[in-house]
Amino acid sequence: MAESKKTFSIQGMHCASCVRLIERALSKTEGIAQANVNLATDQATVTYDPDKVSDQQIQTAVENVGYKAMLNEEKKSEDEEKKEKQKELRDLRNKVIVSLVLGGLILLGSFPGLMNFAPSFLTNSWLQLLLAIPVQFWAGLTFYKATIPALRHRTANMDTLVALGTTVAFGYSSVVTIFPHVVQSIGITPTPYFDTSSIIIGLILLGRYFEAKAKAGTSEAIKKLIGLQAKTARLLRDGKEIDIPIDQVQIGDIIRVRPGEKIPVDGIIVEGESSIDESMLTGESIPVDKTKGDSVVGATINKTGTFTYKANKVGQGTVLSQIIKLVQEAQGSKAPIQRIADLISSYFVPVVIMLALLTFVVWYDFGTTTAFLFAMLNTVAVLIIACPCAMGLATPTAIMVGTGKGAEHGILIKDAESLEIAHKINTVVFDKTGTLTRGKPEVTDVIPISRLSKNEVLKFAASVEKGSEHSLAEAIMREAEEQKVKLQPVTKFKAIAGHGVEGIVDKRQVFLGNRRFMDRESISFGFYLEQLERLENEGKTIMMLAIDRKLSGLIAVADTVKETARGAVEALQKRGIQVVMITGDNQRTAKAIAQQAGIKSVLADILPDQKEKEIKKLQAEGKVVAMVGDGINDAPALAAADIGIAMGTGTDVAIEAGDITLINKDLSSVLSAIELSKKTMRTIRLNLFWAFGYNVILIPVAMGILYPFFHILLNPIFASVAMATSSISVVSNSLLLRKYKI
Amino acid sequence: MDKIIISVLGLAGIAFTYWFFLMKNEKAVGAKDSIDIVVDGGYSPEVISVPKGKTTKLNFIRKDPTDCLEEVVVGDFKIRKHLPLNQKVTVEITPEKAGEFRFTCGMNMYHGKVVVN
Repeated sequence: MAESKKTFSIQGMHCASCVRLIERALSKTEGIAQANVNLATDQATVTYDPDKVSDQQIQTAVENVGYKAMLNEEKKSEDEEKKEKQKELRDLRNKVIVSLVLGGLILLGSFPGLMNFAPSFLTNSWLQLLLAIPVQFWAGLTFYKATIPALRHRTANMDTLVALGTTVAFGYSSVVTIFPHVVQSIGITPTPYFDTSSIIIGLILLGRYFEAKAKAGTSEAIKKLIGLQAKTARLLRDGKEIDIPIDQVQIGDIIRVRPGEKIPVDGIIVEGESSIDESMLTGESIPVDKTKGDSVVGATINKTGTFTYKANKVGQGTVLSQIIKLVQEAQGSKAPIQRIADLISSYFVPVVIMLALLTFVVWYDFGTTTAFLFAMLNTVAVLIIACPCAMGLATPTAIMVGTGKGAEHGILIKDAESLEIAHKINTVVFDKTGTLTRGKPEVTDVIPISRLSKNEVLKFAASVEKGSEHSLAEAIMREAEEQKVKLQPVTKFKAIAGHGVEGIVDKRQVFLGNRRFMDRESISFGFYLEQLERLENEGKTIMMLAIDRKLSGLIAVADTVKETARGAVEALQKRGIQVVMITGDNQRTAKAIAQQAGIKSVLADILPDQKEKEIKKLQAEGKVVAMVGDGINDAPALAAADIGIAMGTGTDVAIEAGDITLINKDLSSVLSAIELSKKTMRTIRLNLFWAFGYNVILIPVAMGILYPFFHILLNPIFASVAMATSSISVVSNSLLLRKYKI
Repeated sequence: MDKIIISVLGLAGIAFTYWFFLMKNEKAVGAKDSIDIVVDGGYSPEVISVPKGKTTKLNFIRKDPTDCLEEVVVGDFKIRKHLPLNQKVTVEITPEKAGEFRFTCGMNMYHGKVVVN
């Protein structure tokens, strides 16, 4: 029996007897081997045979005893949520239309002198009251619904301000309509302001509608990442292929993938070969060839061949899950710049209510004959114009778009703080091996001496090196393989530590090694000294080949600089960022590599445990330092730097020491990350400036501060227009970051 | 006379607003392994005390349809979670240091606090 395990929520449980009842019902179902129900977590776990029992049958078994099994809960709730959200938006749109239409009609009737084309019945206060009621208590119900429970918690938010403001306008207008004589008797013309309350509600809801639409865009990147995941996997079990949901794949399962299909989880190919589009991981669109023994990553796309592979990472352990987790964490984190906005917004609404009361008192006490009206309208304007939401949205929306944008291009930013610091970086320190260079020595020059050809030099060298495990030997073997050189058997092989190797190839005595080896064997190379030194100055290690005690060839081996290194370094330098290379190599090799990469400052002969100290020295000079490394042996240096940038290995994205991980392994992304940070910070600053500036300038205007000098007052309707646009403008400004090209 | 009354009422209103919103007494509710937090016009309980170093589950159940409350952010623990209406959403935290850590709604309008001791 092919067993599977499933855990799901149960609804309706309240005691231990429910547990037993459900367990019994499940155990009795054919195909279920074991059932455990946990009352504390409201969850059931069943071990079952998917061939014999379906989800539907499990659900029915639970329902038959009076409970509800929430199988496929995640998927269902996501769909439901989407539908719910769409319904909410639809409702909101309807409310906007109704309130603006009714509010518009009231407005037409409110200015009989100005709008002569308006039918005269619209000027009737009672009709206006009738039109305003649905706006206030149906469309505006949402504001009351949020205000009342908030007041129970002794908290207030934007809805409280809108509810208060519109209630004041509506309440006053109702009194004026119902008791006009009472109002008249205290010297006030009985003019209703239903237009104000209705239009304000309509416009604020309109703002909310657009804001909700725009806000959905800020989390687009994470939705895209989640959407990358394959839904099912084709498992090979007992020689049969079965499709199972991806969350049921276990480590060790053998999975078959056909051309054009998405690879479900991470693993290692056991049979077949193919080319795989890993652009989701690396941003590189050219497919990578993979064969038996190579690792594949879930959510990448199989292009040409069919292969089977063994799953080695599933569920939360896959590369994609790690990326999603990292991005989600970054989007949930707080940028230090947000602290001030946090502090202000926690006092904001109560302060605005106090200012509104103050406005009323001052206008009433010092106003003209119509002081009450001025006092009321200005109080409403203050309540309506204040917009704490813009402040609350300024930073997180930009962080969400910024981190999401980075993730789309293989730049994973650990948290908002890292994104904030990155824009201050003025010094970038690159680790040499594996970061600037490929980290694998390669044969760079083969120089035949005497009459041998290049391939013959390689043939003798590779044949004698066949038994050696030295990294230089590996480089020579790889080159020989690439050049399709046929190797010869070697006899009497001997490796002399620190010198080289010797043996008999093709009946000829072959020596391959360094200067010391040649000196020891008294093989002269003085004639080629200049050539040797030239190569050594280029940072290369030279192996000399001697056949029958005569120097026959030189092979230069070096760790080569990545093609992208020079361009990346130059781009950083162009932006005024100092670039430093740090390495444990000697000065000569280090300088040669640095020169190839276009780096002028070199810190050579630095042991791995001293790299951290060097970073601290740079920081002591007042520099803001980013350290770029592989995150394995330079973890302390990455942690010590202001920003540690780890080059991803493709399989482990969450490098602990890195503040930023470049899963695309592209050196030019170092600058992209800094630029993204700059761009995001600029957006945040602009958002905060707008959000603060808006409130700081317009609240006093609404209070009537300009009236004594310029006779300027803010109509509450204009206040609602400004309020509605302020949040939208902040969110839209953050969304502009999506257009930024990395 | 009416001006004096309005002034007195206004200033009393200002004082009341200050007292009502800014001087409330928050009593911390201790969480053992997990605690249910109802999201309805704010967070109930609003202040939660949690022991240092212990993993605690905060179960948010949103009953309030207000947009502002549809997300909960526990910034110090890098958590931003969507809260579907009437569903339990669990957030796990393991505080490594003592102090006060705020959780807020997505727009930073509603606040709660985790007190670690």
